[in-house]
Amino acid sequence: MSEEKKKERRARIAIDEHFCKGCGLCVDACPQHIIEISSQVTSSGYYPAACPDPQSKCTGCTLCARVCPDVAIEVFVKQKTNHGERE
Amino acid sequence: METIDKTDKMDRVFQRPEALTKATTHYCPGCGHGVAHRLIAEVLDELGIREQTVGVAPVGCSVLMYNYMNIDMLEAAHGRAPAVATGFKRARPDLTVFCYQGDGDLAAIGMGETIAAAARGEKICVIFVNNATYGMTGGQMAPTTLVGQKTSTSAQGRMSERCGFPIKVAEMLSVLDGPQYIARVSVSSAKYIARAKQAIKKAFEVQQLDLGYSLVEVLSPCPTDWHMTPQQAVNWLEENMLPYYPLGEFKVQGV
Repeated sequence: MSEEKKKERRARIAIDEHFCKGCGLCVDACPQHIIEISSQVTSSGYYPAACPDPQSKCTGCTLCARVCPDVAIEVFVKQKTNHGERE
Repeated sequence: METIDKTDKMDRVFQRPEALTKATTHYCPGCGHGVAHRLIAEVLDELGIREQTVGVAPVGCSVLMYNYMNIDMLEAAHGRAPAVATGFKRARPDLTVFCYQGDGDLAAIGMGETIAAAARGEKICVIFVNNATYGMTGGQMAPTTLVGQKTSTSAQGRMSERCGFPIKVAEMLSVLDGPQYIARVSVSSAKYIARAKQAIKKAFEVQQLDLGYSLVEVLSPCPTDWHMTPQQAVNWLEENMLPYYPLGEFKVQGV
């Protein structure tokens, strides 16, 4: 696949800043290295994790959500068609 | 800040389990209690026994656990969770009863109740969270503190000639005849967390099959009282605690 072509987003995560305490365990767990600690402080005083993922690298492996002690991460994966291929 | 188009047709493959409430926990960033709570909640959801389960909360950092679990919970006096759970299970044998205890609660003040309940083979599950320190009171030396580990009451490191050796609860209880399932797991990485969930599920299945006592010891990081970052804490756990507290199943009967 050519690098110029914008990759279709397969999966994404949603980090709830209400729960996130910025421990950074998801940053280490992510095999794609796309999670970072935000520079914007939350109302509870933590720097939360963020996943901007501009290159659509997220595969939906859920490792970040599984190591999160505060269950702040939800993972979404693109629906599959009947043929087993992603839409 | 959120730039991702949310109109994509996507399936939610990971979400907060129903057995957890929407409350934010009071635990420090990187604390292992949150993962342990989530694993129990996921197991209760998967087994479909959320409405038929009663938990017994300990004294310690997880004393407010009843705010975070969307199930019925009791609060026991310090260390007496197995005794309270025994009474509850005997009064209502149709319900699933579990204790959630830390090392200060289970291995220090509550060791008598723990051994007695295990020896009687009470049909309860015990989730034992071992972080090698007294978390809530400020990081004092616990019965499970490693030799050489610095705490606020062992500033030179735990000296075995004066303070003895850490108690291996899982190995100790596995020689009794009462327990039917004893395992030690860790919540320090995704790989170990997956195995921890399997062990917790087995422990609850033992009770559902009416076999007897089950205990899962969960090695958990305590970044605040170990004076480390969350990343350093999980590394310290894997480098120092895993050699002394080997993971695995120590007693498996019936499942």
